[in-house]
Amino acid sequence: MKQLNKLLMIAFIAASFAFPCYASKIIMEGSTTVLPIAQRAAEVYMDNNRGVDISVRGGGSSVGIASLIDGTCDIADASRAIKSSELEKAISNGQDPVAHVVAMDGIAVIVNPSNKFSALSKKEVKAIFTGQISDWSQLGKGSGKIVAISRDSASGTYEAFGELVLEKQKPRADALLQASNQAVAQTVARTPGAIGYVGLGYVNSSVKALEIDGVMPSRETVLAGTYPVGRPLFMYTNGKPQGEIKDFMDFIKSAQGQEIAEGEGFVGLK
Amino acid sequence: MKERIIKWFFTVLAFASLVFLVGIIIVLFKEGMPIFKTVSVQEFLFGKSWYPTFVPAEFGILPLLLASLWVSMGAMLICVPLGVGSALYLNEIASPRQKSLLKPLVEILASIPSIVYGFFGMVILAPFLQDLLHLPIGLCAFTASLVLGIMATPTVCSIAEDALSYVPRAFKEASFAVGANRWQTLVKVTIPAAGSGISTAIILGMSRAIGETMTVLMVAGGAAAIPRSFFDPVRPMTAAIASEMGEAPMGGEHYHALFAIALILFLITFVFNIIAEIASRRYRIKLGLSG
Amino acid sequence: MKKDITQKIGFGFVSLCMFITIFFLFAIIYFISTRGIKVISWEFLTQAPRNAMTQGGVAPAIVGTFYLTLCAILFAFPLGIACAIYLCEYSPKNYVVNLIRVSINNLAGVPSVVFGLFGLTVFVKFFGFGVSILSGSLSLGILILPIIISAAQEALLAVPQSLREASVALGATKWQTIKKIVFPAALPGILTGVILSIGRVAGETAPILFTAAAFYLRGYPKSIFQEVMALPYHIYALMTEGTHPKEQSAIAYGCCLILLFLVLLVSGIAIFIRQRQRSYYHG
Repeated sequence: MKQLNKLLMIAFIAASFAFPCYASKIIMEGSTTVLPIAQRAAEVYMDNNRGVDISVRGGGSSVGIASLIDGTCDIADASRAIKSSELEKAISNGQDPVAHVVAMDGIAVIVNPSNKFSALSKKEVKAIFTGQISDWSQLGKGSGKIVAISRDSASGTYEAFGELVLEKQKPRADALLQASNQAVAQTVARTPGAIGYVGLGYVNSSVKALEIDGVMPSRETVLAGTYPVGRPLFMYTNGKPQGEIKDFMDFIKSAQGQEIAEGEGFVGLK
Repeated sequence: MKERIIKWFFTVLAFASLVFLVGIIIVLFKEGMPIFKTVSVQEFLFGKSWYPTFVPAEFGILPLLLASLWVSMGAMLICVPLGVGSALYLNEIASPRQKSLLKPLVEILASIPSIVYGFFGMVILAPFLQDLLHLPIGLCAFTASLVLGIMATPTVCSIAEDALSYVPRAFKEASFAVGANRWQTLVKVTIPAAGSGISTAIILGMSRAIGETMTVLMVAGGAAAIPRSFFDPVRPMTAAIASEMGEAPMGGEHYHALFAIALILFLITFVFNIIAEIASRRYRIKLGLSG
Repeated sequence: MKKDITQKIGFGFVSLCMFITIFFLFAIIYFISTRGIKVISWEFLTQAPRNAMTQGGVAPAIVGTFYLTLCAILFAFPLGIACAIYLCEYSPKNYVVNLIRVSINNLAGVPSVVFGLFGLTVFVKFFGFGVSILSGSLSLGILILPIIISAAQEALLAVPQSLREASVALGATKWQTIKKIVFPAALPGILTGVILSIGRVAGETAPILFTAAAFYLRGYPKSIFQEVMALPYHIYALMTEGTHPKEQSAIAYGCCLILLFLVLLVSGIAIFIRQRQRSYYHG
């Protein structure tokens, strides 16, 4: 048994060195918001270019950027711009992160379809999420306790929402913090008194997106900048992209790549 | 000579567990301590707000700490009666045939992965309870307690059953001889005799519940607020670590704070394990088993 | 008789507890399998995900879980056995042995997410293995080490002392006795312990979250320095990080069923074998 075990071990180690890594392998890592675009783009790109191997990891914007700084990934997905502390660290590590805007994301405020509201002002949304308003009746229509659903206090979406809508005020402490956009959408779909916010890509028929300040979140309004809660999505590369990475980045920025972003519910740049 | 080399070889390898344990402690201290340059230990443990990404950030883990305790307590309310009750059934009532069928089933329940429990809680139990109890939200401390309780039941059951089976037959026979029936014997003789063994089971069940990650991450709801009722969504420590680690800039305050939470969590389970160890040792000595 | 009524109520309560425990087992298996079976097909088991993770299969995740489990066992098995042999056969009864025992028990109680953090700091960053099969399976290996050690210990202790004495009496050295007599006799017991830990490794999620798991890969891993998809992480990712909840939760059900099936099969076998062995020893 011991011998067998040893043999297996040796065979395994030998095997792991015998197969060299792909010459053109791209590792993408980062924001879960950008993940659907990254995944779908990688899938289509690999279909068109046999012999290229792309792996897509989630983890979060910070994990992606940290990996880029450490040189363990080629493309870092991020739903926020790189922070100055991260940039300093990258530079001292001899890296040079270059930002590419790959799509726009509108953050839609969503409620359960049974909700009587179809529009709120940014002020009202802020009042709800900071805890000044806690019952729907306080807004004049409907009744029942408001269940505020927020993203994780550590996610990019949370930060963007906090900056754009809450103007850096703290959200109410009893808001449900969900670990992902999808979890927010699912919870809102299931909960009559709920209000939440998700990336435009996660709005589906099971929830109702609200007009904010009279503007419906949509492709046009986000691109035009009239919808007040929009933000760019980034991919960071180390230096100007070259070789296979450049081809891939060009693909994402191409009409076909932007169509993918649209297909996943984001706003393409073209 | 060869014998001595072999002995040394095994001795060195035997220290692996100790090395890993010490390694874990070192890592947690090294990565966790820097946060205490920014906040005091007291602020960290008893601060009421957890806003790690705000400017200025607040690192008070009381909501997370209470959430972990809250959820584990709830789980205990479920797994202690279920686990100990099942152990008593197996030990006292089940026929040998029943026992040979039921014991493996309990073990199988223990081997179901936590992600499956989490998935079950998220897609089946939470919506069901939400409709049944008219809750504003199904993903809350109550649901998490329920799922964790089910998860910890086999742990409690197996260890308690072991403890009960060690109680010498003579104890029970003496009890029957003075006219006690089976239930009286069970309550007055067997359970007290196996007492510290059963408490070991309960402590280990508690330790398992407090350290469980994926289930609470998926089911507990995730609000970092101090829980006021069982139906509030909560964010236990393990869930905070697992979901925020990815978004915490490496080497930043938030990153260190998460490691510090892991350190606290580790210390809690460490204390639980030491208590369990002492209880089980006392038990073995009491019943005259080897120490 | 009052005491008989108390006994009836008491036994009734205890039986109810047993019933509820077993009920949950079947409820979980029932819900997962009736809904999961709908998406299981040959394609589901052999293809990579397609069309933004809404179609195709989960083959890379199955293969990834297999690799992670295999490597974790390859790491923890020799180490665990050696540790058990030392504790049962060589250990002088002193504080060192006590220290090792206590550390094994404590290691068994460490929360799984802490292994993930340890793996992230030590294997991924410090040793520079990156997010890879190697980092993930080392983290998992440490997690199951205590399980393997205690299973092996139990098996070694079950070997009758007389066998050892007979061997030594024939002039065999300690090592010869262990190698030729004790270890072969304990092997079946040790193996069931290992099989049980396979079930545990395959289902663990938290330790691989930061050390091994990838969201999407086309091919299969070519070396242990690559990241992999894994079934448990795939379930988590589908439920939390996708834009097509309807299609994706169906796939998550399928993954759950495969994982549940694999784990229950493996641990079912181990539990069955152990049951037979125990009744063999105890008559």
